[in-house]
Amino acid sequence: MSAETAVAQGATSLDLAGPIPGGGEVRLTVEHLTMRFGGLVAIDDVSFQAADGRITAIIGPNGAGKTTVFNCLTGFYKPTVGRLALHHPKGEFLLERIEGFRTAQDAGVARTFQNIRLFPRMTVLENLIVAQHNKLMRASGYTVFGLLGLKRYREAEEKAVELARYWLDRTLLTKAADQEAGNLPYGDQRRLEVARAMCTEPVLLCLDEPAAGLNPRESQLLNQLLMFIRDEHKMGILLIEHDMSVVMGISDHIVVLDYGRKISDGTPEQVRSDPAVIRAYLGEDEDEEPVGETAAGQESAAREGDERDA
Amino acid sequence: MQNTFAYFLDQLINGLTLGSIYGLIAIGYTMVYGIIGMINFAHGEIFMIGAFISIITFLILGLAGITWVPLALLIVLIAAMMLTSVYGWALERVAYRPLRGSPRLAALITAIGMSIFFQNYVQLLQSARNKPMQPVISGGVEVMREGDYVVSLGYMQGIIMVLTIVLMAIFSLMIARTTLGRAQRACEQDRDMAALIGVNVDRTISLTFVIGATLASVAGMMFLLYYGVIDFFIGFLAGIKAFTAAVLGGIGSLPGAMLGGLLIGLIEAFWSGYFTVEYKDVAAFSILVLVLIFRPTGLLGKPDIEKV
Repeated sequence: MSAETAVAQGATSLDLAGPIPGGGEVRLTVEHLTMRFGGLVAIDDVSFQAADGRITAIIGPNGAGKTTVFNCLTGFYKPTVGRLALHHPKGEFLLERIEGFRTAQDAGVARTFQNIRLFPRMTVLENLIVAQHNKLMRASGYTVFGLLGLKRYREAEEKAVELARYWLDRTLLTKAADQEAGNLPYGDQRRLEVARAMCTEPVLLCLDEPAAGLNPRESQLLNQLLMFIRDEHKMGILLIEHDMSVVMGISDHIVVLDYGRKISDGTPEQVRSDPAVIRAYLGEDEDEEPVGETAAGQESAAREGDERDA
Repeated sequence: MQNTFAYFLDQLINGLTLGSIYGLIAIGYTMVYGIIGMINFAHGEIFMIGAFISIITFLILGLAGITWVPLALLIVLIAAMMLTSVYGWALERVAYRPLRGSPRLAALITAIGMSIFFQNYVQLLQSARNKPMQPVISGGVEVMREGDYVVSLGYMQGIIMVLTIVLMAIFSLMIARTTLGRAQRACEQDRDMAALIGVNVDRTISLTFVIGATLASVAGMMFLLYYGVIDFFIGFLAGIKAFTAAVLGGIGSLPGAMLGGLLIGLIEAFWSGYFTVEYKDVAAFSILVLVLIFRPTGLLGKPDIEKV
């Protein structure tokens, strides 16, 4: 990293004092997150905040460490250093200390992956019901009442189906409810993943490249869905995305990573004109060209390289 | 005599009885394979432990003076299910969970090791002698008479079949309808993702072992009551046969395990009835070889289709 970049970094506000760019109540505070794999530093001292009811996008060139941030948040990796505090209505959760499944169960962080990971041999509806596992498990007295078909369990199950139907309706999948999830068209599977994540009734939704591989129309549907979730459900969304039209179109706050470091943090307008960002995407040449289209093209050309990030 | 229908019917009854026992054990193999992708070769020993717990409970009940058969059976059934499930749980917790994520071979060898361990454990505690038990339930109903040849359905055989059907019905209902069943299927299809939607994967796997052990213990009790004699080695052969049944039905498929169990039982009974008793195991295992060659996914198993 050149001296020039370091200066530019100093110019960007990296500290967490002051309000979050894009506004909103703080939902997630990431402080000094560092993740090393042997000698490789995947994330180097990254701090940022994400707000409730806002879409926070994490962008950056391939291998910048975006997915690693998600893996730390959802308990796949134990960060080498750092504090990941989730401000939950029930209290504060330190995500780096929570066992994998509790991230969803107690802390209410839901996540999707770059590649689709539905339960392919379950129906669409079942995918959404299984996401409400914990609620139903308690209601069914750990299955015993469920077998006996007690009223309490039946009511809980009806409610679960109701919630599932609500999200099927929102994701335009109502007609496909009884199909096997693995047989849905790609774009529908993407939306079903978001629906399933929402059925866990999270407080923070982490989406890893939800628009990857979507055609423009499907991408549009997804944008509408994400904005609906943000506006109607006041959900905080953390979004990794390569498609700049999605990022610039719907995010309220953008965090830019490069080589595991945060190089910029601000509203879309601020980030778009940040020289450090332009440099990261376009190379050392000072160039007035907007980040948008060029960066998107560059990204898709080198997509494979990002797989190791997953 | 072998040509009469009565003889055929007799073998059919024997085969279905035996098949019920195999089917109950096979479910344990197939369930564990489905959820963590390993063959739990110690499962046959869990069945054997179930049989031992049953005989011990019978003896204790005898000493305590509880001799009313239905009550005794119920107590033995519950005791065997509960205690054996503890073994199943401990087996997973101690031997398999620490190896989660390690190569498959490690888990396989551990399973064989645990199988040997359980055999020796029971041999040391209970000695290597055969353990006989007087028949608790005898008699039966006459189904058919052809000349001197009487075909009867023993009460014990009837109980075995009915109990098996009831247990399998409850079990299928649980997998298809309940929250736990859904969680199991989710873990089977994508364990990491299941954890991310809040399913406690470790507990779900533990419960799978517990359920498998419970069914195997019932099979153990039925084996004891049916044959009237057990030893520390019965788990080996029964386990391998049940494994064959699971493969025949399609490993990972629950209806497949039930079907496979019945088929293996029938094949064994008919082979013994019409050919020679000595080669009945050969017949059963030949099936395993043939299935692996011609239909590796089994009768009801679905081939893995990779979508590109």
